[in-house]
Formats: sequence, C-alpha cells, structure tokens
Amino acid sequence: MASRKIHAIYTDDDLLMQAVKQTRAANYHISEVFTPFPVHGLDHAVGIAPTRIAITSFLYGLLGLSVAVLMMNYIMIQDWPQNIGGKPSFTFYQNMPAFIPIMFELTVFFAGHLMVITFYMRSKLWPFKKAENPDLRTTDDHFLMEVDADNHDVEKLTKFLYDTGASEISLIENEQDH
Amino acid sequence: MAKDMYTLPSKLKLFSIIIMVLGLVGMTYGFLTTPKTIEDVKEIMAAQEGHHSEGHEVAGDGEEHTANFVDTARGEEGYSENAMEHATDLKPEGHGVASHEEHLLHQLQTRPWSATLVAAFFFMMIALGVLVFYAIQFASQAGWSPVLYRIMEGITSYLLPGSIIVFLIVVFAGTHFFPWQNEELVAGDKILQGKAGYLNFPFFVIRGVIYLLGWNLYRYFSRKNSLAQAESNNYASYRKNFKASVFFLIFFLITEATMSWDWFMSMTPHWYSTLFPWYIFASMFVSAITVLALTTIHLKSLGLIPFVSDKHLHDLAKYMFAFSIFWTYLWFSQFMLIWYANIPEEVTYFIIRIQEYKLLFFGMLILNFVFPILVLMNSDYKRVPWFVVIAAVFILVGHYIDIFLLVMPSTVGHNWYFGIPEIAALLFFMGLFIFVVGTGLGKVSLRPKNDPFIKESENYHF
Repeated sequence: MASRKIHAIYTDDDLLMQAVKQTRAANYHISEVFTPFPVHGLDHAVGIAPTRIAITSFLYGLLGLSVAVLMMNYIMIQDWPQNIGGKPSFTFYQNMPAFIPIMFELTVFFAGHLMVITFYMRSKLWPFKKAENPDLRTTDDHFLMEVDADNHDVEKLTKFLYDTGASEISLIENEQDH
Repeated sequence: MAKDMYTLPSKLKLFSIIIMVLGLVGMTYGFLTTPKTIEDVKEIMAAQEGHHSEGHEVAGDGEEHTANFVDTARGEEGYSENAMEHATDLKPEGHGVASHEEHLLHQLQTRPWSATLVAAFFFMMIALGVLVFYAIQFASQAGWSPVLYRIMEGITSYLLPGSIIVFLIVVFAGTHFFPWQNEELVAGDKILQGKAGYLNFPFFVIRGVIYLLGWNLYRYFSRKNSLAQAESNNYASYRKNFKASVFFLIFFLITEATMSWDWFMSMTPHWYSTLFPWYIFASMFVSAITVLALTTIHLKSLGLIPFVSDKHLHDLAKYMFAFSIFWTYLWFSQFMLIWYANIPEEVTYFIIRIQEYKLLFFGMLILNFVFPILVLMNSDYKRVPWFVVIAAVFILVGHYIDIFLLVMPSTVGHNWYFGIPEIAALLFFMGLFIFVVGTGLGKVSLRPKNDPFIKESENYHF
C-alpha cells in the first residue's frame, strides 16, 4: 500500500505559522514540520500535546535527592563516621547542613542529565543515527510542512497549499517495504 | 478617564481605618504597660516562677537536649549558655542578680519598640523593594513591564510615610536597640571603641537622613517624569528616568548595605556577617514583588486593567518563585558557614534563634521555601490568580517572621511573645499601608501612556 504525502516548502517562519493554522482549519492532517530553528508556538499550532518532560524532570529531581540522602547517610554516618571540625557524625539530621550542597547538586544533576536522556529516547535520537530530514535546506533557511494526501484530492490540496504561500510543493509516494 | 481610575473600595477603606485605630490603641497599651522599675520586674519574675515550676519536668527535657547538642558538638560543658550570655548581655558589670533584673527590665521595656519596628520596617521595605523593582525596569529598558508602572508607583507612595516612621523609631529607640549608644558600655569594650568611628550617634543620624533623602527623591522625580511622559510627545522624560534609575540603583545598593548594618546588624554590635545586606535585600525584594502581584490581582479582579494579561501575572509569579529560592540560598549560605565554622562570636546569632525561637526559625523556612516552591513550580499554576494568592500569603507571613527574627532575638532575647504590641503594630501598619497605597493608586489613570515600550508590553506574549 502506498502512502502519499505532500511536502510544502516555505521561506519564512511567520508564513509557515499562518499556513499551519490555515491547513489545520481546512481539516488537512499535518504529519510533520521541519524547521531550521525552534519556531515559537509551532507545537501548539500543529496540535501536538503539551510536553510532559517537566514532570519527568521533577521525578528525576526527587530521585536525585533521595540518592544524595541515602549516599551521605551511608558514607558519613554509617560506614565511616568522622569528627570533622568538631562535628562528630552521630545522626543524619545533626550533620545535614553540611550535606545540603550535595543534596542540591545531585538533585540538579539527576534532573538535568536524565531529562536530556529521556528527551533523546522520546525523540528517537542516538549516535550515528541517520537524519530523517527530507530536504537539506530545512537545516539552513527553509521550512517544510508535510501533509497527508492519502484521502484527499491531490490537485485541490496542491492548489490550497499554494494559496497558503508555499514556494515549492512536491508529491512524495512511499511504497511499503520499498 | 473613569474606566481605568481606581478608588479604594469604601469597605476596604473603612477596614484600613478601623485596624489603624485598633493598632494605635494596642501600641499605646504596649508602651504604657511596660514595667517601670526593678520592683515590677521582680513581681513578674515571681509570677513566672510559679508558672514555670508546674510544667518544668516536660519542658526541661527538651531544653537540656538542645543545649547538649551544641555542648557535645563543641566538646565543652556550658558552652552554649556562655555564648548566649555574650550575645544578649552586653553590659559593663558582672552577671549579678541585681544586674540580671535590670537587664530583664531593659528587655521588657524594649519589647513594644521592637514590635513597632518589625511591622514598620516590614511594610516600608515592601514599598522600597517595589521602588527598586521599578528602577530595574527602567534601567534595563524592560519591554514586558510598562503596563505595571502605575501600580508600582501606587505602592511606592507608601515609601515617604513609611520610611519617616522607621527613621524616627530607630533614632529614638536609642539603647533599646543599639547597645553601642550606651556610653558606659563602650567605655569598657575595646571592640565597640574600635567601631566608634562608624557606630556613633551623629553619624548614624546623618546616614539615616541620607538614605531617606536619596530614596524619596528618586521616588518623587521618577513619578514626576513618568507622569510627564504620559502627556508629552517626545521621550525626554523617559530618558531622564532612565538616568535617574541607574544612579538610584547604585545609590540604593550602597545605602541598603549600610542601612542593614545600621538598623539591624548593630543591634548586636559584636556580631557581623558579610552576607547580611544581601540577605535583607532578598527578603525585601521577594516581599515587594509578592505585594505587587497581589495588587495586580486585586485591580484585575475589579476589571480596571484589561491591558494586563495573565502573561504579566505569570512573570510576576516567576519572580516570586525565583526570589524565594534566592532568599533561601542566601539564608542557607549565611547559616551554613557560621554553623560549620562554629566561632563563638559568630555562632551566638543562631544559638539564640534556634534555642528560643525554634518553631518560628524553622517554620519560616517552610513558609518561605518549601511552600512557594511546591505551589508555584508548575508553569500553569503561575497564571491562576488564587494559586498566586495562596503562595503570596505564605511568602508574606514567612517574611514577616523573618524580620521578626532579625529584631526580636537581638533586642528582647528570650523575653519575646507574640501578643498585643506585636499584633497591634502589624494591624496599624497594615492599615496605613492599605490606606496610603489605595489613595496613591487612585491619583491617576492606571494605564501609562506614551511609554516607548507600552505597545510591546501590552502585546506581551511568550
């Protein structure tokens, strides 16, 4: 079975934003947009669900905080108590002010690094991954909107996209197992 | 004209006048009922003795434990007690029974003064903090905030009465607050003699006058220029304001440091911390932005400022969130270095606060750090007015406690209580603040016209 898509290329981010809004309003489905830089408000305009990465970041932060507490408790209180600066290691809470910088750092460390790793995994990015970008110019100064053309009249759709200000329009036919 | 003019709602006006009157009565009562002689103090002590012996078994346990913690950590019996006496008992004679009672008399007489200063300074620093925030907007030529200029100017209208009252309190409090003004004490104290070049009464008053002049003159001229800008067709007034704001910020950062030494740090003239001015500034700034957010929500709910969107509220809430963390960072930096080094002359500051004010001391951290961080962390909640109001209440209560803990332990020591003088002072200054700010907001239209960035600010979007 073939899936047909139309690639429409724009040369300006404001034009792209407008085209995205018009295309969505006309009930066409935008499957992907490629831009050389993040366009403010584009994710909302395309209709992508809000990111949940902030929630994962909070959870990773809590994890980092717990790791720091357990680690400092094991190292400084249980395993090898020392009397540093006249502060013998009797209990965790008595020495806690000295551990707070570590608790803070590990919270930030875990939240930051694990959030980046999560982002890579969700975006399916890894080393030596081949670029999925259909047109090299979208890494420079062009913007590409990919619209599903399967159940639509291609002529009409092309005309519509042209009216939204696309500078180039091409039909892409993908054979399955090609 | 009338659409964006504010008038203080009559109920709020009545409320502010009532609490001002109540506050005034309570403060007068507080000043009149302080013990006058040693005999009065002996009576009070006798009454307390009877009271204490009942609950002593229970209370004794906890006290011993905290005392022991410091002593064990230091490896020296009675260390904490000694250090506390150094912190609170700055007097030339020994620690005899008679002098102890005299000392107690002094602290009890100081209490209404301290209660008044805490509330007076708390509301004054809100106006001052908003003025600094206002100056920063001009100096940085911020594009998002010009819609809030009239609101900021309304709040800073409290600066003139507020700062004059605070100035009068610190000048007339004398040895109630500042042991270095006691000549007998200085005569027997080498450290205070060394500091006498700075800590002497004439210079103290001169410095106070300079602070007041500088802050209020900037407030007067920036307001004048800002109003002139609304009527003009060029940007001359705006340029003047830009220059004035830059010089005010330089002036403020210097005078804020010396102000915090003069009015707060010199209450315990042996103790010092290099971070102290910043710490006061953080408290001032976060409370100021919180009140600005509250006022904005109030005006928005009356429908007077349709040009202020939830994006502006979002930004104010971000500042509340960020500066709560900033305050905590400075609080902890000061605490940890002193706690770790454990040098007798430094650590006294925290020993008295932890032993005598434990609940307030740690409760303040929860109010000022944990609650704001949890309530305001989510981006969407920063746009929900009632969420911001909840966080604002926590922050304001927390920072009132912060100022309370700056003044009370240093002046009345363990003879503190949250009673009529404290509540009355809080009511009086809250009433005065609402009244003055409400009147100030109503003087001109709330929409600043002709500001070069007003268009950008009204269309602010992110």
